[in-house]
This record gives sequence, C-alpha cells and structure tokens, in this order.
Amino acid sequence: MKFTEEHEWLRVEDDVVVVGITEHASEQLGDVVFVELPETGTEVSKDDEVCVIESVKAASDILAPIDGEIVEVNEALVDDPGKINEDPLGDAWFFKMKPADASQMDDMMDEAAYKAFVG
Amino acid sequence: MGELQRTPLFDLHLELGAKMVPFAGYDMPVQYPLGVMKEHLHCRAEAGLFDVSHMGQVILRGESVEAVAAAFEALVPMDVMGLQVGRQRYGFFTNAAGGIEDDLMFANRGDHLFVVVNAACKEADIARMKAALEPGITVEVVTDRALVALQGPKAEAALERLAPGVAAMRFMDVATVEIMGVEAWVSRSGYTGEDGFEISLPEAEAEAICRALLEMDEVEAIGLGARDSLRLEAGLCLYGNDIDAGTSPVEAALTWAIQKARRTGGDRAGGFPGADVILGQMAEGAARKRVGLLPEGRAPMRAGTEVYAGAEGGDPIGAVTSGGFGPSVNGPVAMGYVSAEYADDAKELFGEVRGKRMPLKVVKLPFVPANFKR
Repeated sequence: MKFTEEHEWLRVEDDVVVVGITEHASEQLGDVVFVELPETGTEVSKDDEVCVIESVKAASDILAPIDGEIVEVNEALVDDPGKINEDPLGDAWFFKMKPADASQMDDMMDEAAYKAFVG
Repeated sequence: MGELQRTPLFDLHLELGAKMVPFAGYDMPVQYPLGVMKEHLHCRAEAGLFDVSHMGQVILRGESVEAVAAAFEALVPMDVMGLQVGRQRYGFFTNAAGGIEDDLMFANRGDHLFVVVNAACKEADIARMKAALEPGITVEVVTDRALVALQGPKAEAALERLAPGVAAMRFMDVATVEIMGVEAWVSRSGYTGEDGFEISLPEAEAEAICRALLEMDEVEAIGLGARDSLRLEAGLCLYGNDIDAGTSPVEAALTWAIQKARRTGGDRAGGFPGADVILGQMAEGAARKRVGLLPEGRAPMRAGTEVYAGAEGGDPIGAVTSGGFGPSVNGPVAMGYVSAEYADDAKELFGEVRGKRMPLKVVKLPFVPANFKR
C-alpha cells in the first residue's frame, strides 16, 4: 500500500489502483455525513478534485493521487457515509483508477514513512 | 492572539480525552472520544453534560430587585419588571440601529438579577451594563463559578439524585439548591431543545460534581460540536452567526421574546436602544426574515451558502447563517435569512453548493420538536 501527503492510500489490484483515505484522515474529519463521487469513465489528472466529503465539521476535497481514468466508484458510501469512519482502509474505498503512468506511485510513502509523516 | 483561558473543568476535559479547540478566547472541548454524532444522539435520548463556564455570569444588585429590573429595561426590549421571583427569561441587548448586541438569559433571584451572556461578547456586555447602570446598580461579574448544562430527557432523573426536589422545577424556573454540600444556582433551561438544567457551581467543587454526574449511566460529556448541531436542530440562534449587531429581532424572528409591555401600546412601550426601528419593523414588517431551510438532497449547506429563487441566474435572495448535518433529523439542516417575499413556509428555493444550485425548502423551526417541561 502507498500513501500520499493528502492522507490517501493506494492499493494496486491487477491493473487498477484502489483509492481511499487513511484512518488518520477519517479521525481528523470526524463523522462523515456526505460523499459525492466522480462519474466512472472520467479522465483525471493528479491533484484534480474528484470527490467531496463532508463531515459533521466541514467539507473536504479528495484529490486524484495520480493521472488516469476513474473506472469504478464505491456507491455504497453515498448511502452509508459512516463506513468511512468504521473501515477507512477496507470497505470504505472511494474509487478505482486505471493509471496513465503507474510510475507516479514510485515516490509515494510506504506505511512506515506515512506513520512517521503523521507522527 | 493572547493565551487561551481555561475553565475550572479543563483538566477533566483532558482526562476524558476531549479534543480541545480555541473558542471565544477559551480552550474548550469540541468533542470527546464518542464523537459529535453519537454525543448529539445521546443527548437527545438520555442526558448530556456540557461545560459552558466560558459564558459570562453577572449579578446586578440595587436598592431592590424591582429597581434593578426597571434599570435593566433600558438595555433590553424585554418585560423585566414583570418577571416573577424564581423565573428566568431569554433576552437580548439591542443597539440604536435596532441590531442585536448579544443574546442572554436573565433571572429574578429574589434580591438580584442574574444574567448569563455569551463568552465572545461578555467584555462588551459588562462594559455596556456598567456604563448604563452604575452607580445606582452594581454590576458584579462572577469569576469564581463554573457553569454547566445537563440536557436531555434523562437530565431530570440524573440531577434529582444529587439535588432532590429539582424535578419539581418547570421550564425557566430558577432555584438555589444544595448539590454535594455546595450552593448551586439552577435553572430549568438550556440551549439544545431538550429538557434540562443550567447549573452554576463554585469552581472548586465543580469538577467533583461533574464527575458524580458522569458516573451515572445516562450521562455523557458533550462537546461544542454537538452543542452546535443540537441548537441548530432546535432552531436556536448562535450569536455571531444567526444574529449580530446588523440583524434586528424582527428580521431574526425573535419578536416572541419581546413581551407586550414593551411593544407599541404596552405599559412601558419602547425605552430600549433601537426601539423606533424595532417597533417600526414590528408594525410594518422587515425586508428579510430568518427561516428554517431544509436542503432536499444529502449535501449539507453550510453558513455562507447563497440562496437563490431559481435554479439558474438571478441575484441571491438570501444566505445560510448556520447549516450542517442534523444527526436527529438524519440529514442536512440549515437556517438563514431570505427576502421577506420568499420567507413563506414551504417555499421552494435553491442553495448554491460548490457552484451547483441544489433545491431547499423554507420550513418552520425547530427541526426537532422542543421537549421542555412546561
């Protein structure tokens, strides 16, 4: 698993990359009450705002961690945004991407580096 | 920014695992490990304990409580002289333009008036009272007492265990009672829409009393996050968001708090700052009005969201002043100001969120029925 400074995680499954937010991010956000997901088939560039999540406290954007195409979104989150607090690293993945250039992930943090990053 | 102040319950908040944030110059608990959503729901189902010691507690004394009441009426559009001993009222300080300088609670405690004001405004409020009331009336700022709120349907049972007799109090009654050997000033009131009590305690004993309450199964500590969603669902204004120096009580739909004696034709009509503006608006209507706004989708509409009459084009006809997710409503809720012609119940309007117009409806407040013991 790879991690970004934006507190997202990326997991490679065959030729797609699954993206979610970290436990640290979900704790910081507080109870998530609303999620807006991108359309499948959307071509995105790294750092594009692709999802909106709102917690009891505030709204935040989820950025595309790499260039590529959104090939699947987790519709279950729309009906049950609370999953993001319950299982951020598992059930509560946000979207799957087909990477344009998988080497963009090479410089990302591994788990140990991310743990050090969030202190 | 100066050093943050601490309430007498600061150490207890840390021990309970609270997340602390700066609020009105104080280091305050925004949430405990339970989290905003569960804290909110717990308060509506059982009982929640809130530290509101950052608020200002002020005692006004004079020759008699009647003399104090008469003098205080020069600052607020409320019927203070008609307030019976042992009773409390909601009120607000007004300014010459008819705006609201702060909202407050005041109680007739027999030989004095007890006033509770917002933390962010307390210095200005104290200065205002001193300027207007001294030397005939003494303005005594209470700095050695904590203030807590115990709110929710099980608040009565919980407090009754420590203070037998409080169950007999009705909504807006005030009494001096003994809790664990110390003098507590208790009112049957709060700011959540639930039944409950606000309790002023000597600072040295406040923590022990809070611990005794928190040991009870039905009581959980509740932070400022849930306090905000609870008061929003209850349709109650947050000073600085929903009301301020530029909003009149008529615009804010708070004329219920202006009793007959102070209205046009009343025994003591006018005589408060901005009376001409406020009584004029009461007769002729105001150009805008505070209303409940219910977003139809799932997306919260936060403070600042602009409100439009149509799905496209046009200028904003209003704006959200408080908005977020209502855990008891299980959906987004908001309140804000709209032009009077759009303020009718069930009016279909639009809020612009991230550049998209989303439908919302004007609704009557509160979103959750009040559960007071009248």
